[in-house]
Amino acid sequence: MPFIPHTENEINAMLESIGVKQIDDLFGEVPKELRAGELTKIPHGLSEMQMTQLMTERGAQDGRPVCFIGAGAYDHYVPAAVWQITTRGEFYTAYTPYQAEASQGTLQLIYEFQSMMTTLTGMDVSNASVYDGASSLAEAILMSVRANRKSKSKRILVPRNVNPTYRSATHTLVNGQNIELIDVPYDADTGCINLDALKAFEGEDFAAVVIQQPNFFGSLEDVDAITDWAHANNALVIGIVNPLAMSILKPAGQWGEAGADIACGDGQPLGAPLSSGGPYYGIMTCKKALVRQMPGRIVGRTVDEDGKEGFVLTLQAREQHIRRSKATSNICTNQGLVVTASTIHMSILGAAGLENAASQSHLNTASLVEKVCAIEGVEKVFNSASFHETVIKLNKPAKAVLDAMTNENIIGGFDLADNYPELGDAILVCATEQRTEKQIDQYVGALTKALSEV
Amino acid sequence: MLIFEHSKRGLHKRDTAELKGIPANMRRAEPAKLPEVSELQAVRHFTRLSTRNFSIDTHFYPLGSCTMKYNPRVANSIALMPEFAGRHPLAPEKFSQGFLGCMYELQEMLCEVTGMKGFSLAPMAGAQGEFAGIAMIRAYHDANGDHERREILVPDAAHGTNPATATMCGYTVKEIPTLANGDVNLEALEAAIGPQTAGLMLTNPSTLGVFERQIQKIAKMIHQAGGLLYYDGANLNAILGKIRPGDMGFDVIHSNLHKTFATPHGGGGPGSGAIGVSARLIPFMPIAGVIKDEGQGKELYRWANKTDYPQSIGHLSAFFGNPGVLIRAYVYMRLLGRDGMSRVSEFSTLNANYMMAEMKKAGFQAAIPDRFASHEFIITLKKQAKELHVTAMDFAKRLLDLGYHAPTTYFPLLVPECLLIEPTETESKEDLDGFIKAMVQIQQEAENNPEIVTTAPHTMPVKRLDEVRAAKQLDLSWTVTQAS
Amino acid sequence: MSNIPEELKYTASHEWVKMNDDGTVSVGLTEHAQELLGDIVFVETPEIETEFAAEEACCVVESVKAASDVYMPISGEIVDTNGELTERPEIINSSPYDDGWIFKIKPSNEDELEGLMDAQSYEDSLED
Repeated sequence: MPFIPHTENEINAMLESIGVKQIDDLFGEVPKELRAGELTKIPHGLSEMQMTQLMTERGAQDGRPVCFIGAGAYDHYVPAAVWQITTRGEFYTAYTPYQAEASQGTLQLIYEFQSMMTTLTGMDVSNASVYDGASSLAEAILMSVRANRKSKSKRILVPRNVNPTYRSATHTLVNGQNIELIDVPYDADTGCINLDALKAFEGEDFAAVVIQQPNFFGSLEDVDAITDWAHANNALVIGIVNPLAMSILKPAGQWGEAGADIACGDGQPLGAPLSSGGPYYGIMTCKKALVRQMPGRIVGRTVDEDGKEGFVLTLQAREQHIRRSKATSNICTNQGLVVTASTIHMSILGAAGLENAASQSHLNTASLVEKVCAIEGVEKVFNSASFHETVIKLNKPAKAVLDAMTNENIIGGFDLADNYPELGDAILVCATEQRTEKQIDQYVGALTKALSEV
Repeated sequence: MLIFEHSKRGLHKRDTAELKGIPANMRRAEPAKLPEVSELQAVRHFTRLSTRNFSIDTHFYPLGSCTMKYNPRVANSIALMPEFAGRHPLAPEKFSQGFLGCMYELQEMLCEVTGMKGFSLAPMAGAQGEFAGIAMIRAYHDANGDHERREILVPDAAHGTNPATATMCGYTVKEIPTLANGDVNLEALEAAIGPQTAGLMLTNPSTLGVFERQIQKIAKMIHQAGGLLYYDGANLNAILGKIRPGDMGFDVIHSNLHKTFATPHGGGGPGSGAIGVSARLIPFMPIAGVIKDEGQGKELYRWANKTDYPQSIGHLSAFFGNPGVLIRAYVYMRLLGRDGMSRVSEFSTLNANYMMAEMKKAGFQAAIPDRFASHEFIITLKKQAKELHVTAMDFAKRLLDLGYHAPTTYFPLLVPECLLIEPTETESKEDLDGFIKAMVQIQQEAENNPEIVTTAPHTMPVKRLDEVRAAKQLDLSWTVTQAS
Repeated sequence: MSNIPEELKYTASHEWVKMNDDGTVSVGLTEHAQELLGDIVFVETPEIETEFAAEEACCVVESVKAASDVYMPISGEIVDTNGELTERPEIINSSPYDDGWIFKIKPSNEDELEGLMDAQSYEDSLED
């Protein structure tokens, strides 16, 4: 019996202690008609060896294509030590650190994580993370509505160049609270937010403005001007940031005169494997004045009875297990294990290592774009500065071209047709620091071939 | 010592490529103040930190309502195989049939074991599963033009997430009292139900560690009033393979894969709160699930989209939930197989009832002494608190000294000075006996030498921490000014 | 037994109410309430010039283990808040009826004061 440690004798002794004849008697209070029959749709159990063989087969079926998609999940290198330490049983199989004295490892690690997030984003405080980038935006928006006392409205300006699934997930998550997400168009030439487009909202009441840096197209926003404009209009600024980009770009806390009020985003680029979309983690940082509006777990440093340094979950009164229907959010989970990996990742790489990975990714994408734009019928769509991701336009149907490239074992980019039909046959491409020159050349070859065949 | 305090400036060399095309005013002026340490220093620091944790792999962890069972290692090694760990979420279906096949089968197995008609793997945690479930209930009523249903009923024994979720979905919450025997107060429920009722959220077995015997009656009452029934799957371990929420009449359930299906708790996450629905809620399911298209003698797996679920509540995450967790749950379910499912509930129930019986014999007071326990049970220490001034929290802290993680304390809120104890099916009799022995020892200490209990723990890396100071003098991150 | 000053009025949600000479009304938490909450670590005072209806939640008092809404005992406008609480929230514990006052209201309808409990009724309500 997998994972059940009792012998027959022990089972009998335990039943005797309880005073029943068989285990089934313990379910005697359950009405007979509710008892389940045989679960025929579940296969019989496999041994560990059989299971490993099955999954090796399933994995082989999918192969290992060379990936040139980013679109919110980036194929960065993770040092071997990161997940080896992360999956030590003491981290892997611990619960949420509610018993502080028996959880100092996890608690100190989260404190270190919070410290790393604040220096990276330039913000005052960080929580222990939320689920992912999309949910971090939703939580940031809920937070801004609670926090902005100057605004009576629940309206949020959300540019169309913010990650489309972040926008739709946010819609799902805040819909119940009558929050209105208002689309702001992007500039057709730059792909960026145009201040003129924002000016149409001047004099109106809205609680916050969202800026993604770099935006979904990889383009860099004029974050200083937008931040100052938002503050001049009594709105809070929510920055969605790529944390790896933060190692080289101006941190959210320094945008404009006063800095962003909340910075969120997805922590995946810092040590989380792509893993089909998760688990990643959501970054949640803000100015100190907003800390009590922040959802999720927060670790604080304090002292014990002997004055010795220690760490505890703090500000718990905001949370669901105490506030119940009045909590700041229903969220309880932080992505503890991924945060553990990320903290170790940042410690091993340091600022220099992150800068190297960021700049090499940027260089690789620039090199890829330069090479593909030399192909007849391929061009860059936006003329703005960008970071490690760019939109290119094809003179053939994008879907067919991408399909053809899969024959060369290449994932050629993210087709923008569903979300941005106005861009025509446009794809979003990214070459991280892991893409070799040879792979980039293979991409160019595969694209050339596909364009000629389609 | 913090990792930052090991840092030495100038240790790491920059090999930074040119940031072509990025204007100076958009760049960072000063490097982030991350630690600069050698790889060995980092490995040693975090390995040492790990030893300052209790975990399932090192200690018996009978945390009620959390199902701290053994997490099979093979599930982790498979999830980290490069073909799964390295798979981009937006990879074309051509490179995804192996992975999507596993996800499809996981949905099917979850449907079978819970008696539901459809399953979505999208929610990233139990609380998000709850959110999705209640949002679907709301979408369902809205689609029927039933806009007056604005109230969710929640028993007072429920987890805090239940009322918080209902509020997030724009509902008001009405609490329903529980009887001393652990069942829902039907009279109060009857009085609370009305045309404003959108639904009821129920955990069964309840957080009081007993099976709700009137469940069929409750389901009928809610359904007759036009409401829907939500099953909080936190305690699914207690009935797995034996009793199915779908058969009890529930319309929507979430399952905490990190509890029932042995994916790691990871020090606070990631979780996964997959949700199952009855037939009438299928059109409202969140994006995305996995669909199997059959035709021309070929099977093709793909992600579901809006056309599959026309009235979908939408996305919940940037991609598709937490597939890395789902793979682990899939492996676990395949290892257990058909017969292994009911063994989970049988042996977790046996262990809980055995512990409750032995603890009663040792003189401890069970909160609901005359009924069988589910997979967990409650001991109340109100007598100890009153007569010896030793509280449930003191017992909990002293247990740490004796090598046991504390049970859940002060939850459910209805029972004073309570310990909610959940041993799970994977613990041996020796460990159950060891815990009981430790509780007896603490009881004796409380009678003879209470101070050793009230000042516990004594053997942990730190003693009791000053939480007032932590909340008042907020120190939430290390800053350079703290550097020596 | 908690200290319940005779000269004040009370609500069922444990606020005390004091009529000031200038026509304003001071509000704080009773000794009983602060005992229930334990060590207060934070007070979020309401914005001055905001108007609230009676029984509306207008600010939050936080201890380590709990956060509790403070409710408007009567309708009115917030005219002053206790700035001292920002730095020293613990004065609600040490001096609930004096230094630990939370805010002052300009009542919109003084008749509502009649609906509040006197010290004796509040004391009785605690015994139930």
